[in-house]
Amino acid sequence: MIEWTIGIFLAIGVTFNLLASIGILRFPDVYTRIHAATKCTTFGTIFIVLATVTYSIYSYYWVQKDPAWITIGIHSALVVIFLVLTNPVGAHAIGRAARKSGIRPYGAVIDELEGRL
Amino acid sequence: MAFIATFVWCYILWLVLTAGSKGMLWSTEELIAGVIFSAIVAYATRNVIGEKASRFLNPVKWVGFIVYSIGPLFWGMVKANFDVAYRVITGRIKPGIVRVPVDLENDAQYTILSNSITLTPGTLTIDACPEEKALYVHWINVTDPHPESSEVLAGSFEKWARRLGR
Repeated sequence: MIEWTIGIFLAIGVTFNLLASIGILRFPDVYTRIHAATKCTTFGTIFIVLATVTYSIYSYYWVQKDPAWITIGIHSALVVIFLVLTNPVGAHAIGRAARKSGIRPYGAVIDELEGRL
Repeated sequence: MAFIATFVWCYILWLVLTAGSKGMLWSTEELIAGVIFSAIVAYATRNVIGEKASRFLNPVKWVGFIVYSIGPLFWGMVKANFDVAYRVITGRIKPGIVRVPVDLENDAQYTILSNSITLTPGTLTIDACPEEKALYVHWINVTDPHPESSEVLAGSFEKWARRLGR
């Protein structure tokens, strides 16, 4: 039962991380690649960490009452918080720097930032 | 006041990081060491975090943040990922950078809204201009080149950002 839960979490996480990599290869320009890279890696990593947390809680209560398991769970959960806080900021910085150095979005329908940055 | 806010944040982080040193709780030595180190860090960084940061010490706001991140933000991320999956597989994109007028007052609200926009379906914040009350958003599938509000791109996130960052 618990193996299946952890396995499903890991499968979701790895699938979306793989999707991010395929997106980086397939999309035409820097902005759309940032789209794939930010959203999918954040989401995939959340699920991988969720699997870790599930495993540590399970191990604490049913395998061995060792507080080290709790420490592992809490530290992994903190990773998620920091990742969700910093990943979009990094993407924003890269996107803005790319636009500032004059890279136009590929096939843009509209570009309001043309000549503004 | 900024010192107190920084100190509380540092101490909470310390407590979370050191949980489990005595059973599932904390040992006395670690609690005391935490007070000392948090005080040092808080004194060193009290001018960085800003004077108004203490308004985030309100527990009602924490509940709001937790509800927001588990509810609308996580659901938005789920939708965003299936959206990206669809676009990766079919390659059907129609990108553009649009100007989105927003009605927010302070920098914290702009931060929350831009981060939420970046993590949710098909949008990526390129530039935030608080002085002209607008965000410039790279939209992967432009349906409305001149949006009147952020409703089209981000749903209810602007309301949440306004409430949480106040």
